[in-house]
Amino acid sequence: MTYETVTVYSQIASLLLFAGLFGGAVVYALWPGNSEQFRQAARVPLRKDDDAGNMGSTE
Amino acid sequence: MFNRHAIVEKHSMLLLVGILIVVAIGGLVEIAPLFWLESTIEKVQGMRPYSPLELAGRDIYVREGCYLCHSQMIRSLRDEVERYGHYSLAAESMYDHPFQWGSKRTGPDLARVGGKYSDDWHVAHLINPRSVVPESIMPGYPFLASAPLDTSTIVDKLKAQRMVGVPYTDDMIANAVADIARQINPDFKGGADFLKRYPKAQQRSFSGDPNEAKEIDALIAYLQMLGTLVDFAKYDESGPNLR
Amino acid sequence: MPVINRSEEAVAASDGFAALGGLAALALGAVMAVQTADPVMRFHAILFLVAAALATGTIVLHAFGPDWAAPASVSLVLQTPSGVYSDGVIRAGLIATVFWGVAGFLIGDILAWQLAYPALNLDLPWTNFGRLRPVHTSAVVFAFGGNALIMTSFYVVQRTCRARLAGNWAPWFVFWGYQLFLVMAATGYLLGVTQGKEYAEPEWYVDIWLTIVWVVYLLVFLGTIWRRQEPHIYVANWFYLAFIVTVAMLHIVNNIAVPIQWTSTKSYQIYSGVQDAMTQWWYGHNAVGFFLTAGFLAMMYYFIPKRVERPVYSYRLSIVHFWSLIFLYIWAGPHHLHYTALPDWAQTLGMTFSIMLWMPSWGGMINGLMTLSGAWDKLRTDPVVRLMVVSVAFYGMSTFEGPVMSIKAVNSLSHYTDWTIGHVHSGALGWVGMVSFGAIYCLTPWLWHRRGLYSMWLVEWHFWLATIGILLYITSMWVAGITQGLMWRAYDALGFLQYSFAETVDAMHWPYVIRAVGGLLFLLGGLIMVYNVWRTILGHQCGDLAEQPRVAAAPELRGALVPAE
Repeated sequence: MTYETVTVYSQIASLLLFAGLFGGAVVYALWPGNSEQFRQAARVPLRKDDDAGNMGSTE
Repeated sequence: MFNRHAIVEKHSMLLLVGILIVVAIGGLVEIAPLFWLESTIEKVQGMRPYSPLELAGRDIYVREGCYLCHSQMIRSLRDEVERYGHYSLAAESMYDHPFQWGSKRTGPDLARVGGKYSDDWHVAHLINPRSVVPESIMPGYPFLASAPLDTSTIVDKLKAQRMVGVPYTDDMIANAVADIARQINPDFKGGADFLKRYPKAQQRSFSGDPNEAKEIDALIAYLQMLGTLVDFAKYDESGPNLR
Repeated sequence: MPVINRSEEAVAASDGFAALGGLAALALGAVMAVQTADPVMRFHAILFLVAAALATGTIVLHAFGPDWAAPASVSLVLQTPSGVYSDGVIRAGLIATVFWGVAGFLIGDILAWQLAYPALNLDLPWTNFGRLRPVHTSAVVFAFGGNALIMTSFYVVQRTCRARLAGNWAPWFVFWGYQLFLVMAATGYLLGVTQGKEYAEPEWYVDIWLTIVWVVYLLVFLGTIWRRQEPHIYVANWFYLAFIVTVAMLHIVNNIAVPIQWTSTKSYQIYSGVQDAMTQWWYGHNAVGFFLTAGFLAMMYYFIPKRVERPVYSYRLSIVHFWSLIFLYIWAGPHHLHYTALPDWAQTLGMTFSIMLWMPSWGGMINGLMTLSGAWDKLRTDPVVRLMVVSVAFYGMSTFEGPVMSIKAVNSLSHYTDWTIGHVHSGALGWVGMVSFGAIYCLTPWLWHRRGLYSMWLVEWHFWLATIGILLYITSMWVAGITQGLMWRAYDALGFLQYSFAETVDAMHWPYVIRAVGGLLFLLGGLIMVYNVWRTILGHQCGDLAEQPRVAAAPELRGALVPAE
């Protein structure tokens, strides 16, 4: 395999990979079934931080 | 309970593997072909490993952080070629571990500084830059003029350079310490053989004392050879030249 | 039920393992100190030995000593009265962040004055620009930024996973091991020990030490995620994880070197010339992308929603933001090598991806800014929110400027000039600095159980000093950089280059003075922060508590908290 073919094929392969990955991420993000899960996830930081009591006690 | 925990763990590992794959691709595509490149490119005539004194000087250049203000990479732009000389070829830094192309020109490019100034100018400039260039904002390096060059590690340095791919021969390694004395003093025993090992090396006392190598000798020996190895009168632009 | 109650055997095993590790490090330090002929290596070996001895002593006293020794042998900050979360190491991390930040800004400003008045170099090896500059960059990027990232990641991962930090001694090993790395790196530069690659200056043995610390950091972070009580891994943790994993990969690949002797500080890079250049800027640009961007975006995704008490504007956008950002960033490195001996196709690739990178960057900026929608009044009433929002605005500005500078035609002018320095600092001071200040002002009362900061008025002062300092900095560097670039390529009527290099240096004097003044203002702001944080830790109040928002108080002191639905 020559240097030129290496550069051409690797660039085409990575372009396809990126397009696929980007498409996958967009589909995952916009999939209607995921919306409830994301709504809950977005509220994770807002929960009270001092209700850690339900985690069990320290030693 | 155990089962659920396992799935949870798998998800974080999936995320980890996904991240690794995504961030590895760019590096593979951009870096890996350059190693193919090396074997397919004709070597430019004139390139040779650094002489022990030049290598020691290069190490001082690295140690003092010169690369933070001086580049060693002339870009293929008209004004740069007119100001500094022929644009830099990839082959010209083939023995540079690490490369010193730099990213900032607080001071001028040094890729072809070799031979542009006299040794005396360099000594004066390194000790007090403003004595020869009033506008300069470079720090002074008077301590290089008084510090004797430490030659105790030069053999190890050449061996390590050979390990990373620089073609130092057994002969070069065996003569490393003596070659330092030979470069600053052409009359030193075996001075002629030195030039066979390192063609075009400049053999003279750089700071005026041919009997003891100072750090400033090493640094000036390095600066004076920068960009002087390839003869651009004979260099064929149309050939494979890594551009 | 969660696995928080460790059995006695497990605790004993962890103590024993930690003590053994300490002893092994002690032995290694002793062997190196005796064997080496290199004075800097001996100094570092002794430093390492002392650190190992202190660590081992602490572990042994804590685990096997008499009862009275257990609390006393461990520093005060190890106590965790908040119960389940292990916050001692985060408190230590916050203090370290503030300390290194001010140290890094100070050295930076000294360097700025040296460039304006070269006599300040003193012409001594240890004070010259060339050796101090890596101390500045490492202090701000790795010491200030790194400590900010480690401590906030430990805070965020615990809260968003509702799990205690994994490991008993491991988080403390990460903290102290990282400080040891920083001290060895910085003292090494001053004594002339450097690899000579920008932002990757630490020599081979310091690199190996950092690798060990980093792997433990990854394990602590992952281990905490594995214990989580939340089904979803919150997006901030994705960014932290990408930062930790990618920095590990970059660090290892870019630092492969052969030491000239196992007892010598000196090594040579395995790569040379064009390959080394490509590897270095692949590393260098992604140090920006993953250390200074991904990690700090994680901070944005936690602290802005937390402080304004609203969920992030669009969680979906944050997912697309994450994957496109990490994919695109990794390609951008070659834009540091335009018109050099790097093959053209790689330069073009680097430019293309750099321009595309503008999109996810602004997606993230919009996501951060719009989180405030409906609560814009907080910009006026809460200077901590303002710090973080202005930081996101600076992020947007530098991620627009970056793609512009990566265009080859622009780069031919801007490269090698001070424009690049200005660009870096609009990102570093504006984005990284200010979002970290915001996080520090949030965390200090939260971690030390205070009702608020010592003074909100001082935060206001810090904000304005920092903002004006940054503006002076970047505008003077635009002027300097564009002037330089134009003077270098100027021709006179006869077709000769119009200016000598020395003339272009002379033209830089006043921009350099203005830059140094800007840096001084930024440093003053940092000193105000030190004072404010210190008084807050001591529990003092200057009297403006009533004006502070409810979220300024530690969670357990906020009273009835009703999160906005």
